[in-house]
Amino acid sequence: MGEVIVITSGKGGVGKTTTTANLGVALAQLGLKTCLVDADIGLRNLDVVLGLENRIVYDLVDVVEGFCRLRQALIRDKRLEGLSLLPAAQTKDKTSVTPEQMRGVTEELRAEFDYVLVDSPAGIEQGFKNAIAGADHALIVATPEVASVRDADRIIGLLEAAEIPPARLIVNRLRPGMVRKGDMMSVDDIVDILAIDLIGVVPEDEQIVVTTNRGEPAALSQGSRAGEAYRAVARRIRGEEVPFAEFGEPAGLFGRLRRMFGQA
Amino acid sequence: MLNFFGRNQSRDVAKNRLRNVLAHDRADTSPEFMEHLREDVMRIVSEYVEVGGQGVDLHLQSVEDHVALVANIPVKQLRRRGRSGNN
Repeated sequence: MGEVIVITSGKGGVGKTTTTANLGVALAQLGLKTCLVDADIGLRNLDVVLGLENRIVYDLVDVVEGFCRLRQALIRDKRLEGLSLLPAAQTKDKTSVTPEQMRGVTEELRAEFDYVLVDSPAGIEQGFKNAIAGADHALIVATPEVASVRDADRIIGLLEAAEIPPARLIVNRLRPGMVRKGDMMSVDDIVDILAIDLIGVVPEDEQIVVTTNRGEPAALSQGSRAGEAYRAVARRIRGEEVPFAEFGEPAGLFGRLRRMFGQA
Repeated sequence: MLNFFGRNQSRDVAKNRLRNVLAHDRADTSPEFMEHLREDVMRIVSEYVEVGGQGVDLHLQSVEDHVALVANIPVKQLRRRGRSGNN
């Protein structure tokens, strides 16, 4: 029986969908059968980030309304053995699916897959409630900004109330140079404030824009720092101990001098 | 930490603002939290003082750059010996 993990954040635009796509790729690369579920009904996006938008026939709402079987709605990624997508409906709204129906879908999927990753919509309303309904665990995506961390805190409270085990945090779009200059909160600052376990740190990376333009998630190929970070998260999801790369903790005068002379 | 121009680094400002806003958010979104805090505070305080009236007021208040837990507890009289006294 596979594990169902919801990827959520509260605030929009912090990288939930990019994170879901890349973790799906990275888990499949590890040989794990992975299904990505787009729970953002009405604002379907995971398909374009994955580059699978032209292959959609049926969607999540078709499945719960009984127009097709679950298997018919799944799109298999031809680039990568073991990765599938269950797309959201674009023309319906969030009330077309109930939390019970969502739980039914994830239960059916976990029988087939090692991991089921649910991409949650922004906000704390019906769409969010649907996304967490069948989840065993949650990953919270937050960027080092006041609004994002505040919303993440609210989400952590709601997940606790829903009795989903303690969520783990992915700090996304970190800019190490700004942290060193004291102009961005560090990973430690955020972990300290939210008081949850960290599972990943993804640095800001222009390659994310380029790879998303092409519909080829960064984790598919080598050579992107963000892709590398997502691969590390995937291994931690699987239970491996992977050391965290150092990102921008202030190193004091000595560290700055060393960097100046190119020794760090 | 101050930067070169003597201003607070924006990282520290962000952290401080977040701590303040989250204190209020957490109290507001969980009414039981403040209720439990009030009950526990009153249990301890009544070992030392006899509380007068019903007007016990306990709330969070932003003071300049930090959050204060403010309590206003009317006192009828102090107990003679406090906790161990039991009088």
